Amino acid sequence: MTTQSQPTSVRHEVVVAAPAERAFRVFTEQMDRIKPREHNLLAVDVEETVVEPRAGGRIYDRGVDGSECEWATVTSFEPPERFVFSWNIGTTWQLETDPARRSEVEVRFVAEGDQRTRVELEHRHLDRHGEGWEGAREGVDSADGWPLYLQRFAELV
Amino acid sequence: MSGQVRVGLRSVVAYQADPWAALGDPTRRAIFERVAARPRAVGELALELPVSRPAVSQHLKVLKEAGLVLDQAAGNRRIYRADPDGVAALRAQLDRFWSQALATFKEVVEQDNEEVS
Repeated sequence: MTTQSQPTSVRHEVVVAAPAERAFRVFTEQMDRIKPREHNLLAVDVEETVVEPRAGGRIYDRGVDGSECEWATVTSFEPPERFVFSWNIGTTWQLETDPARRSEVEVRFVAEGDQRTRVELEHRHLDRHGEGWEGAREGVDSADGWPLYLQRFAELV
Repeated sequence: MSGQVRVGLRSVVAYQADPWAALGDPTRRAIFERVAARPRAVGELALELPVSRPAVSQHLKVLKEAGLVLDQAAGNRRIYRADPDGVAALRAQLDRFWSQALATFKEVVEQDNEEVS
């Protein structure tokens, strides 16, 4: 179920029937099964998505022609509890090279039993992508889409 | 409206509200990158890219349906620019992205867990 969100962040959580260790491993090792397929900035189809399992590691798509797109960078890798990475795709769907203008995703794995883990995801500081981009001035005040999204997510989970 | 290329209903529906799908096409991405850099008219884009003017119009229509660009009449031309509501649009996209990703994650992790236990 979705929790409350700040205007410049997106938060979701999901409870899975698995131990935290497994949940963490699946999330970090099988990103290419999890990531929606159409999410691709390469000119070709994605062959695989790779997460380098350490702080400073790259998270990138490798295309079928060998080209790569590093759309995220690991900042904390703390199995089985916490995984944090920067989000390097800006408002114009371009790779953001300036670290100060990247948003951040934190994923927490909270054990609620031997076979039960709550996974909390927060994608925050979205406003950083807007800095220096003139259109961003009016970017944070329309929340019209929220009720529908929240309802959809509730149906999914 | 004269001179505009009609886009089939099916393609409009397919790309509506789905910027990722709209940007999946390399030509469309090249057009969007230019429009995001500064507002441009169809004719300018057709000169800069190896694409015909009608094709540029068609791509712009798809980008507009996906909420990525806005257009505005300027005399007898239409000027296209990136949708200024950038952060809100990004947030809406990411909201949907993570909804899908976590739903799939739950499926994968529970499926694998059954196989192991």
